[in-house]
Amino acid sequence: MNILKNISLLLLLAMSFLACTNKSDITPDFDQTKLVPFSVEFDNIVGDRILSINNTATPYVNSKGEAFSISQLQYFISNIKLTSTNGKIYTVNADSSYFLIKGADKSTRFAKINVPEGDYSQLTFTLGVDSLRSTMDISKRTGPLDPAGGMSEGMYWGWNSGYIFFKLEGTSAVISNDTNGDPTGNKKFRYHIGGFGGYSTPTINNIKLIDIDLTKAGIARVRKDRKSNVHLFVDVMKFFDGNNAFSIAEHPTVMFSEYSVSIAKNLTEMFKHDHTEN
Amino acid sequence: MGTKHWIIMIACCLFIIACKKSADLIEDTTLFGGFTKPANFPEPSYNFANNTITKAGFELGRNLFYEGRLSRNNTISCGSCHMQSAAFTQHGHDVSHGIDDRLGVRNSPPIMNLAWNKAFMWGGGVYDLDLQPIVPITAHEEMDEQIDRVMDKLSQLPKYQQLFKAAYGSAEITTAKLMKALSQFMLMCISSDSKYDQVMRKEQHVAFSELEQEGLLFFREKCAACHTEPLFTDGKFRNSGLLPSEIDDQGLYESTLNVTDRYKFKVPSLRNLRYTAPYMHDGRFLTLDVVLAHYDHQVADLPNLDPFLTQRPGLGISLSPSERQALLAFLNTLNDEKFINNPLLAEQ
Ligand code: HEC
Ligand code: HEC
Repeated sequence: MNILKNISLLLLLAMSFLACTNKSDITPDFDQTKLVPFSVEFDNIVGDRILSINNTATPYVNSKGEAFSISQLQYFISNIKLTSTNGKIYTVNADSSYFLIKGADKSTRFAKINVPEGDYSQLTFTLGVDSLRSTMDISKRTGPLDPAGGMSEGMYWGWNSGYIFFKLEGTSAVISNDTNGDPTGNKKFRYHIGGFGGYSTPTINNIKLIDIDLTKAGIARVRKDRKSNVHLFVDVMKFFDGNNAFSIAEHPTVMFSEYSVSIAKNLTEMFKHDHTEN
Repeated sequence: MGTKHWIIMIACCLFIIACKKSADLIEDTTLFGGFTKPANFPEPSYNFANNTITKAGFELGRNLFYEGRLSRNNTISCGSCHMQSAAFTQHGHDVSHGIDDRLGVRNSPPIMNLAWNKAFMWGGGVYDLDLQPIVPITAHEEMDEQIDRVMDKLSQLPKYQQLFKAAYGSAEITTAKLMKALSQFMLMCISSDSKYDQVMRKEQHVAFSELEQEGLLFFREKCAACHTEPLFTDGKFRNSGLLPSEIDDQGLYESTLNVTDRYKFKVPSLRNLRYTAPYMHDGRFLTLDVVLAHYDHQVADLPNLDPFLTQRPGLGISLSPSERQALLAFLNTLNDEKFINNPLLAEQ
């Protein structure tokens, strides 16, 4: 009797403990008025190496065997959306949802936003600047969207109003010195990918929606005191070696052209969820 | 007798004073009257709600338009390629002539009635006047400068600190303020005082001559499908059958990559042609006679040739010598001397 009593007491105790621990991890109510810090980290890599800028001494090599180095990598991330484990969707306010990630500046690798507390199993964002923002009044284009940036760093096309949303430049010895390559003899490649669909006449649209399943490498448990961070690897090698793999020697310069549509498809393959820091 | 004299003298004095006053008034309004839609024009398409034109904003814009510091070596202003005396084109240049004597590939179009424009440039690509100046400022062969450097240079000058403060309440310069001030100046470049306009508005008994009237009728039959009154452009991109140039400028196609846009160029206005030679997107024709000859017997059978130009066996638009003479007389009524002499729009 006594023993039974003791056991049941113990059980009760154990259960209440369990309940307690459970309680502290219960998914909070989805409250859109109470936002807490959350971030997505864009960690740039090239194949199995960390991206290093101007790595001419130790070049990367693509699947076509072409050695290359990178002098500039910049891309726009926008319109971040999170889906919770119980199917609720939170869309980050458009005005705070534009980020320019620069390979040469590690401080730009985080997209820092505020979202409701919750458990999130899916992350969605746009690689590019959507057509709404691309056609907005100039006074709304501040911060990373300000077209004032210089031509070298600039992510804006004046002659064909719109943003370059993925810019990759570098050098490769395989590039010829004629007009099919780089006539200046600098062996430079330039990939400026843009095209949002056009103002009034339809044009190419290279904007990509990126969907990332967080369940395999860890859902984001966003709590007010935790600063949850979703850590993505962005593998630039996939831009060369993705499903539409291409040769640098054959296509050293790709800007606003039909061909950009083909290689822009590779961009979706670059983003991989590595882990989540909760 | 004596009193009569006095009365006359006083009346004369009063008259002179009155005259002087009204002359002053006229001058004041020509100096700045804000944006007013000419009575014979449609509603403008520019979104004034986002950029209200003020005297101070306009004056800032005018200073910027004539400011060489917008270029890398401070030598080229917007006004270098858009000269008022040439209805804001670069008279005498087939293609634009920019910094370090670099040549562009297209003819400088007029800065004129842009409030009614929905698309800019010969080949489109820009659809908002506020974004337009970014192109010449950053183009290698035009001004070859960066917007942030322009803002740096200007912010160091007391003149611009004052002008920006007057226009926007603060001396801080932003891309948006810079662009919108330039727009304010360009929007005020309205040409609406040609003889044609006066006839249409039935002003002061101005009337067309018989030849001009005849020309107007030919014009409506043969040209107005594209050069639509009263702006003399429908604002669309069309292929007028000009043989591709040596550099193979493909017009609208270059900014849309749609094959159906190949060799389509923006239909230009036909106002102020007396001041804007040479003609066409690459300035290939020196006179209006050659332009008319093109329509009559040089229209090339290009893919995407405008359907209006394929209606007769030899393509183009038949124009007999007498029709040409009448057309030229009519086109001559579209020149607006007040526009090219308006002191409000001149470099101060
Ligand atoms: C080197 C000569 C040059 C300079 C300097 C220049 N422009 Fe132009 N501008 C041109 C040419 C050429 C075009 C036509 C370009 C095209 O169609 O591709 C043009 C087109 C334009 C248009 C479009 C007009 C239309 O009807 O579509 C506007 C507006 C304009 N320029 C304003 C400016 C302003 C504002 C500046 C100063 C910031 C400026 N330009 C400086 C040569 C110049
Ligand atoms: C099918 C449409 C169409 C018709 C009809 C047409 N035009 Fe044009 N016009 C154009 C286009 C497009 C251009 C610009 C072509 C270019 O530069 O490539 C142009 C250019 C011009 C120019 C040069 C203006 C400048 O500033 O460079 C003149 C002048 C002109 N047209 C006169 C006429 C006359 C006169 C007629 C009637 C006989 C006429 N056009 C009929 C479409 C048309």
